[in-house]
Amino acid sequence: MNDTHYKPSAANRVWRNLADHTATALTILATIVVISPLIAIFGYLLYKGASSLNLNFFTKIPAPVGETGGGMANAIVGSAVLLVVGSAIGVPIGIAAGIFLAEFGRGGRLANLVRFTADVLNGVPSIVMGVAVYALIVLPQKHFSALSGGVALGIMMIPTITRSTEEMLLMVPHVIREAALGLGVPNWRSVLSITLRTASPGVITGCMLAFARVAGETAPLLFTAFGNQFWSANINQPIAALPLQIYVYALSPYDDWHRLAWAGALVLISLIVISVSLVRYVTTRGVLKGAS
Amino acid sequence: MGVGIKVENLNAWYATNHALLDINLHIPGNECTALIGPSGCGKSTFVRCLNRMHETNPIARVTGKVEMGDTNIYGDISPVEVRRRIGMVFQRPNPFPTMSIYDNVAAGLRLNGFHNRRILDEVVERSLQNAALWDEVKKDLRKKSGASLSGGQQQRLCIARALAVDPEVLLMDEPASALDPVSTAKIEDLIFQLKSQYTIVIVTHNMQQAARVAERTGFFLNGKLVEFDSTHKIFTNPGDKRTEDYITGRFG
Repeated sequence: MNDTHYKPSAANRVWRNLADHTATALTILATIVVISPLIAIFGYLLYKGASSLNLNFFTKIPAPVGETGGGMANAIVGSAVLLVVGSAIGVPIGIAAGIFLAEFGRGGRLANLVRFTADVLNGVPSIVMGVAVYALIVLPQKHFSALSGGVALGIMMIPTITRSTEEMLLMVPHVIREAALGLGVPNWRSVLSITLRTASPGVITGCMLAFARVAGETAPLLFTAFGNQFWSANINQPIAALPLQIYVYALSPYDDWHRLAWAGALVLISLIVISVSLVRYVTTRGVLKGAS
Repeated sequence: MGVGIKVENLNAWYATNHALLDINLHIPGNECTALIGPSGCGKSTFVRCLNRMHETNPIARVTGKVEMGDTNIYGDISPVEVRRRIGMVFQRPNPFPTMSIYDNVAAGLRLNGFHNRRILDEVVERSLQNAALWDEVKKDLRKKSGASLSGGQQQRLCIARALAVDPEVLLMDEPASALDPVSTAKIEDLIFQLKSQYTIVIVTHNMQQAARVAERTGFFLNGKLVEFDSTHKIFTNPGDKRTEDYITGRFG
């Protein structure tokens, strides 16, 4: 050891340990702050809504005014239909646009335009999206429909999915693309089978974020799916949706309906958590040992 | 069988930077040719021109003629086809991280629409054997990701992947520079065996490596091919003063 070798003094060591532990404590605190609202909301919903949950809630349609009981079976099915339609529109278009931004349009004028549009679309209030789809689909058809509700949700999913797909694709190392091209794989094939596949965990996360976000949307459905007190799975007819049903019941003057609204909110959050976990489980099942 | 490559008046640019100036050289078939030179001298750019990877960079440009056998690779042939016939191994091992070992090797064939299971099995085994990796991975072919192997194994996996599409030429851009000496020795052994079947062009910073594996050596400096001759001649009696300075360690 020579004399210039740095030896921290005792005070210095204490200070470093203190800084180290403080930083660790702060990150733990931040984690708690992030998680606690979710736990608080979920706990409150359980407290308010769990008592109204029974088999009827999942099997019956809403009871007419003045009668007690009834459930939200039609709204659960309706939300599922709307989300399937929305995802069928939002996921492929969103991913395709993300691929364009990251792989083909990079730096081009069209890409900048698409990126800008996506960011603006992301900031459009959801009620405006509902009005726009009302003008585009409901007015020409002259009736509310599940289709129009699904389109509204789908359009809302696009910007989130586009931007997250782009970010995830750009994170795939350049050497991976070169490896594929160097094997004599056509570029389009390399993009789909190598780059997109390598980025797929992140792309799926982006899709699930968009899905979870629109699953709870009420505003864009007010003028489109409209809601329905009866069974319907026809995409050309007005359809019930959990957020709509919660909205109507929460504003009603009846205690019984208030309780059902709480139960509906609990079911909505639970279904979102379940479907996101399910997708995550299914898509990570095939991951190999040591895959990064 | 490996074929020879004839390069005439090859020039390459990155935007306005003239990276290769009038390269002329004849790489014989079924031999290993080493390219040496200081960093930034254009040797990597040169091999990337040989399989048309250079032009995948949007600011890159190339002129001149490269003939592989009797095919002009800048002529009436798609770059994709060129890269299928001229395989490439890169400086850093780059297996496809989401794919198993098996899928990595089979990738080149599968992504070109080839799916016959029995033949794929054969090709995967043969390629891994040719890359001297088979015995180490045969138990985990489908279970482990290519990214779970050690660096040296990953590089041999990349060689197996390149061999699986049955190229005529194998380009290696500093294939051992990210590896430890033991893995490097394995790669060099491999090059020795492979040159009976393929034409190999290897870029290397390591002059001992060039001397060990290559029949012929080319010395690049500032985008020019200064000297190209038998490895023995280059290292014992170079014809150019600059070559001599470089191999004796006076610069670079």
